[in-house]
Amino acid sequence: MITYVGKPVNRVDGVAKVTGKAKYAAEYKVPDLVHGWVISSEIAKGTITRIQTDEALQLPGVIQVFTHENRPDLAWFDLSYKDQDAPPGSPFRPLRDAEIKFSGQPIALVVAETLELARYAASLIRVEYEVENHETEFEAHLSRARDPKLGLASLLKPPPPKPRGNFDEAFAAAPVQVSGEYVHSAEHHNPMEMFASTVVYEKNDKLTIYDKTQGAQNSQLYVSQVFGLSFKDVRVISSYIGGAFGSGLRPQYQLFLAVLAARELRRSVRVSLTRQQMFTFGHRPVTIQDIKLGASEDGTITAIRHDAFAETSRFEDYTEIVVNWSGMLYPIPNSKLTYKLVPLDVFTPLDMRAPGGVTGVPALECAIDELAFKLGIDPVELRLKNYTDRDMDADLPYSSKELRECFRQGAERFGWANRNPQPRSTRRGHTLIGWGMATGIWDATQGPARAEAVLTVNGKLRVSSATADIGTGTYTIMTQIAADTLGMPIADVLFKLGDSDMPLAPIEGGSWTAATVGSAVKVACEELGKKLFKMARKMKNSPFARANLDDVLFADAHIRLKSDPSVAVSLREIVDQNGGHAVSETSTSTPNFLKLRKYARSAHSAAFVEVEVDEDFGTVRVTRAVTAVAGGRILNPKTARSQILGGMVWGISKALEEESVLDHQFGRFMNHSLAEYHVPVNADIQNLDVIFVDETDTIVNPLGVKGLGEIGIVAMPAAIANAVFHATGKRIRNLPITLDKLL
Amino acid sequence: MTNFSYFRPGDLNSAIGDLITHEGAKFIAGGTNLLDLMKENVERPARLVDINQLSFNSIEETEGGGLRLGALMTNADTAYHENVQNRYPLLSHAILAGASAQLRNMATNGGNLFQRTRCYYFYDLATPCNKREPGSGCGAIRGFNRIHAILGTSDQKPETACIATHPSDMCVALAALDAVVRVTGLAGERTIPFADFHRLPGDEPWRDNTINPGELVTAIDLPAKGFPQYYAYIKLRDRASYAFALVSVAVALEIENNRITDARIALGGVAHKPWRKPDAEAMLIGQAVSVADFQSVAEALTEGAKGYGHNTFKIELAKRAIVRALQQAAKLEPTP
Ligand SMILES: Cc1cc2nc3c(=O)[nH]c(=O)nc-3n(C[C@H](O)[C@H](O)[C@H](O)COP(=O)(O)OP(=O)(O)OC[C@H]3O[C@@H](n4cnc5c(N)ncnc54)[C@H](O)[C@@H]3O)c2cc1C
Ligand code: SF4
Repeated sequence: MITYVGKPVNRVDGVAKVTGKAKYAAEYKVPDLVHGWVISSEIAKGTITRIQTDEALQLPGVIQVFTHENRPDLAWFDLSYKDQDAPPGSPFRPLRDAEIKFSGQPIALVVAETLELARYAASLIRVEYEVENHETEFEAHLSRARDPKLGLASLLKPPPPKPRGNFDEAFAAAPVQVSGEYVHSAEHHNPMEMFASTVVYEKNDKLTIYDKTQGAQNSQLYVSQVFGLSFKDVRVISSYIGGAFGSGLRPQYQLFLAVLAARELRRSVRVSLTRQQMFTFGHRPVTIQDIKLGASEDGTITAIRHDAFAETSRFEDYTEIVVNWSGMLYPIPNSKLTYKLVPLDVFTPLDMRAPGGVTGVPALECAIDELAFKLGIDPVELRLKNYTDRDMDADLPYSSKELRECFRQGAERFGWANRNPQPRSTRRGHTLIGWGMATGIWDATQGPARAEAVLTVNGKLRVSSATADIGTGTYTIMTQIAADTLGMPIADVLFKLGDSDMPLAPIEGGSWTAATVGSAVKVACEELGKKLFKMARKMKNSPFARANLDDVLFADAHIRLKSDPSVAVSLREIVDQNGGHAVSETSTSTPNFLKLRKYARSAHSAAFVEVEVDEDFGTVRVTRAVTAVAGGRILNPKTARSQILGGMVWGISKALEEESVLDHQFGRFMNHSLAEYHVPVNADIQNLDVIFVDETDTIVNPLGVKGLGEIGIVAMPAAIANAVFHATGKRIRNLPITLDKLL
Repeated sequence: MTNFSYFRPGDLNSAIGDLITHEGAKFIAGGTNLLDLMKENVERPARLVDINQLSFNSIEETEGGGLRLGALMTNADTAYHENVQNRYPLLSHAILAGASAQLRNMATNGGNLFQRTRCYYFYDLATPCNKREPGSGCGAIRGFNRIHAILGTSDQKPETACIATHPSDMCVALAALDAVVRVTGLAGERTIPFADFHRLPGDEPWRDNTINPGELVTAIDLPAKGFPQYYAYIKLRDRASYAFALVSVAVALEIENNRITDARIALGGVAHKPWRKPDAEAMLIGQAVSVADFQSVAEALTEGAKGYGHNTFKIELAKRAIVRALQQAAKLEPTP
């Protein structure tokens, strides 16, 4: 029975969150807790020659200062430090030795009875360095660009496809050409909640860890391997997360430090990072892209070249899919796509909402806009002309692709038909008004996961899986799926997540959780249903004695005969008959790889944007935006809309405001506070509109969902940059478009 | 953050006395700037003298027909005060262009004058900064200086270089209005014309203003002339709210029979203090509004401006903002 799926059900965790009942990693009250304060490196490269800790240690209440000099022996091999999202290379090990690899590197942990004391003691510690020259300036080291190392990560993030046709010839022969260099700055995730771990030291050296992470089992794996502990002695809990955007895909260094201190001191320890320290680990990498497009006069795109150069650290090869989209979105017969890395003295970049997608697609979509302008063809028109239902690189049809409908409905809602194609054609006083649009695409993936479904002694349904909810609404949609699968009222269903003791789930990211864990929840509930039906059939005088599973349905917490729904057994009765014992079932859902292999699978979107630009000041406001999304089945229009709105806001942020600025004198990000690292405020956000176009997909996964976490952001930056061009006649290829670039 | 003791005096004398007798003591009012700086170890007061019990939290008429703004009045209460809104709308607008509603509810008028620069390097102990650590050098001058000054900088000697700006919006309007700062110290009360309150970095970039140790600001006096008819405050920044000015302009004009009879222009975000230039303002006096040459005034006001790379755009931006603000104040342009 479909009662809840597809309905705008309120967040099941909403009340807990707004009333403060939802606890975050740093909020757990633990007896005898001591506090750690992280000291960060002031230089970007070199060696620590001396750390003076005496003065700090003399303060009453300061317990210990951990540094590379006194840390215990830990795992030897890199492999032990690899978490589930580790790129190829040698993971950073906090306090490993005296070597400094990046500015802000954690070099000591001060542990004291109170947080204030630890923080004060930290200010008394003197560190001396032998400084070496660092290289952090991306543009200056482009000549060092090289191919990324391949590793397990390349399964999920395949390298660029082989060239198609012959780009050079086709481009040279193309009567209409555009080319440009697109740049975007580094960005930090900056979720509201700072990274924190509360490590509870229990009897027999067991640890229960409240950690901010997008994968409780990922943190468990990491801690177990690094500290040589068995899984059963390490439990990681992460029930609520105050945003993460990808930053929680890898265990951050506060986890390592808190566990190290707890084990050495045999006490419970908490370590929280400061906002400034939130700028000392993974970030979206600075990327430079060159794009060349060739087309015939009628707008058929015949050639594309897309070369991307991205930064990584010296120790790991972080990669993302930047250029491959260019081979997927348009059926261009001649294409050459490359992706290269430049290792610098920075921390390894890290997946950040639509990693690679919101890097590569905006560059491509600006280039397409440039081409449309040069050809004198409407930008939507040009995209329709070069539409494809196949992913040409994979040489597979899309499992579903309602992008055409996104264009149509988005354009209609926006009023695109009234657009005067001429740049600078609309103004009001000093204000230039421009309209732009762009396409978005993101992978629709599914992984294997497990879930447990339990009919409890009081006849309620409890479902769990070790996934995470970073605010996207996972709690809510899983509850909806479970309630519908077993025909339970939603109030009687409890979905739990974020505990390493729960059935296996992969790290939560890449918009795959709805499909991955949703499928597992569905299967677990179906299996539980089968079991319950069998039990019902065996009951004395069972009305189902001669019925098959196909003959019944689950509704209102009952199993009912389809032919006569008044013939029913309540789930509650089954538990009672079971001697009052709960009934449970744990199952695994695995994607049907054989079927999936035959299709390309993506979510699509189209964004339409209006901007107002002050022609003297260069200030840009997004006054109106419509995003139409083809994202498969929408499980919950309310949480889904919020996801897309959030993505759109971030798209505005990326296009106009957001930028981590690194000073190369010091190799250090300088605007490391939320006063100077700008993200939109309410006054920046005006009319945002979301459309979900109908898209039925029977292939992607049993639920027909594609995931909505990232697709909302992908199309926005280019739509804004294109609107700015339309308003001003200026093509800004370097994001964010701050006012100085338009003066 | 270091340990500090805390004292909340009930009257002015014990506030000043306590501050003078305790080394490393600092006044605290709303705390919106001081506490941030303490958390970053930039300020390390040994004692906080909390002045919130003192009675300087009202707005009163002065004998000269102006208004006296109590130092402990919040920015919000000041901006929304009827007399300020009606008689000094420029000030009201400038205050409301600053920070966020939450901050303005805490921030005091006195504290606003003393707020320190937002220079990234000033805030980061890992980098050199002459203002924070005299003689250590200026990180910004060859670094990321997008928000930095273009006028009145100190850039000749490494050990005294400083290109920081004063970040306040309120102070830009106060400068334009020729406000007077009233301070009381051990030696008694004195008044400081607004133009002399903040200073340029010169050879002592660590000194933001001309106040003496132990002096407390009790009030800010606004002269009778409030320019309620012809005024404009333009603030240009990286987002629509809750960001410091890249460039701001306060303009106050007096216009009689279509001729400009008095003109004040103050710039924010471009110097170590609100920037005024009387001879540039004088160029406007006697000009007919409709044909006034605002562009030349803008050139004169920004004469000698110098960019340091990231902030060079401010020179042109400031000129355009001056012209627009003059047009708005003269009602040649609508005010958005
Ligand atoms: C994120 C953020 C954004 C902001 N944006 C803006 C903006 O856009 N525009 C803007 O103008 N401002 C902005 N502000 C700054 C804000 O206006 C100031 O922090 C505030 O005005 C300071 O007032 P306070 O009472 O809180 O001062 P406090 O923090 O209490 O004190 C600041 C300093 O003044 C001294 N002091 C305070 N009162 C007196 C007195 N009566 N006599 C002598 N000394 C005194 C203190 O000793 C201290 O050194 C922003 C602040 C923040 C945190
Ligand atoms: S500009 Fe002034 S405040 Fe900034 S680093 Fe230089 S000396 Fe310090």
